[in-house]
Amino acid sequence: MGDVAAGDGFIVLEQVGKVFEVRRRTGFLRRERREVRAVDSISFRVARGEMVGYIGPNGAGKSTTIKMLTGILTPSAGRLRVAGIDPARERGRLAHRIGVVFGQRTTLWWDLPLIDSYRLAHRMYRIPDARYRANLDRLVELLELGALLDVPVRQLSLGQRMRGDIAAALLHDPDVVYLDEPTIGLDVVSKAKVREFLREVNTERGTTVLLTTHDLQDIEQLCSRVMVIDHGRLVYDGPLAGLHEAAEGERTLVVDLERELPPVEVPSARVVRVEGPRQWLAFPAGQSAAPLVAHLAARYPLVDLSVREPDIEAVIARMYAEKAVS
Amino acid sequence: MGAGRLYAAVAAGGFRRYATYRAATAAGVFTNTVFGLILVSTYRALWDERPHLGGYDEAQAVTYVWLGQAFLSTLAIGGGGVEDELMERIRTGDVAIDLYRPADLQLWWLAADLGRACFQLLGRGLVPFVFGALCFPVYLPADAGRWAAFLGAVVLAMLVGFGIRYLVALSAFWLLDGTGVVQMAWLLGFFCSGMLLPLNVFPGALGEVVRVLPWSSLLQAPTDILLGQADPLPTCLFQAAWAVALLGAGRLLQSAATRRVVVQGG
Repeated sequence: MGDVAAGDGFIVLEQVGKVFEVRRRTGFLRRERREVRAVDSISFRVARGEMVGYIGPNGAGKSTTIKMLTGILTPSAGRLRVAGIDPARERGRLAHRIGVVFGQRTTLWWDLPLIDSYRLAHRMYRIPDARYRANLDRLVELLELGALLDVPVRQLSLGQRMRGDIAAALLHDPDVVYLDEPTIGLDVVSKAKVREFLREVNTERGTTVLLTTHDLQDIEQLCSRVMVIDHGRLVYDGPLAGLHEAAEGERTLVVDLERELPPVEVPSARVVRVEGPRQWLAFPAGQSAAPLVAHLAARYPLVDLSVREPDIEAVIARMYAEKAVS
Repeated sequence: MGAGRLYAAVAAGGFRRYATYRAATAAGVFTNTVFGLILVSTYRALWDERPHLGGYDEAQAVTYVWLGQAFLSTLAIGGGGVEDELMERIRTGDVAIDLYRPADLQLWWLAADLGRACFQLLGRGLVPFVFGALCFPVYLPADAGRWAAFLGAVVLAMLVGFGIRYLVALSAFWLLDGTGVVQMAWLLGFFCSGMLLPLNVFPGALGEVVRVLPWSSLLQAPTDILLGQADPLPTCLFQAAWAVALLGAGRLLQSAATRRVVVQGG
């Protein structure tokens, strides 16, 4: 359970950011450079043995975070440690301690029988023979892979392949597993199998699990703690039950000014983003936008404005709808 | 030692993957044989007209054709090596998986390509060559040492061939769609490796240039060793130098690519 005392973090992120530079053609030979802030100053800690859900809408920055945690992407800012290792600098050393499942990609050898991919993992992670055999037997049993070992991966169904991928990620007894959409596209039965297995691995081996998903049932059934990311920012970190209140915590007022100005100053709201003449202001959801707008209109050359509800609201709404049904 | 076993496993996998597709192999054997027949009749007509062209007699020229057909897919001169898959993985972002593995990207793909090349040599190369040797007057040396040197040169040719194609594949990190580069490489490879005509036949400055380019290590170098047209040691050194240079360049490009990597998608 989440004993998240400072210094206890097995996964530690401190103000981690990732900025991509996107070049776009705007005309003949003319290019526009734009910075996209995929992850914006995220901080969190995950203790050893925790099972944490990491959710957010498409493009929120989930996969970017996972890629930084594996060392594939280098953060543009901040400090990041997994098991005391800086992933981007010591990707090779870290690789022996982590397992990764990208639900939409496969680590398995497409044209060859499933067992070949496991034999390769045996060599790649230098797993001692006895442990390899014991782990393989156990994974085959738990994930019901026995009949599939000699089947070429390309002939497996999506659910079978996903189970095969999960086994491949766990053969070397990683301390931490990142699961990126491990139940995507699976039917109800397969989903239940995968969840049951993950729960067992987490309780039996004490494997730390970071789970990215669109399926809130995954979170409900597996994670005592959930983190919500939106527009690259961590907007919620806590128990699942508290998500609803937090989700409605802030609304955003988007204002278009006549020209580029320094961040506007308004009581009870703060500027979270400035892009040219456009500024984003966050303010408590319980508060009316009207006095805010009046204040702005009196002091600044306002061209246009709009109020945005929290983007994760759709997610929250769905979660509550499901709860109401069950 | 542990790493050696890993790459041996990767190479074995590369071999077995291609061995899976038996129909494709059979079709390839047929194609190579037919192409060989067409080229052989062209060459024989040419050598009838111009005996000892490029220093070959007619039997040597015929041998050259069948070796070319044996090497075409082995060395992936006309494409079809692991670079296609690697480029696709870069384009789709699947290369992310290769990068977080505790394995070296270049050695991984080199091992996979060597496995593929060995299968292609046995599965696709041997049959057209044996067919050619049985049906046409060919030149084959009786000297075992020369065969050994030839085999060594074939291995070096595999390294050079991979070295070139790995550079081509890595260009996808910058271009995303590397189709144009692949086609250029394919054309250059076909022409400069001597797949159309032996490089010995190329006239003047053009000949001088193509004979020192890396592609001459692919078909021309091992063939000339077998046909007794080239001294094995300096030829193999020439190939080894290109292999080292290309694989070194591949490493540099790889570290540049992984440093600036922005994995697509996901």
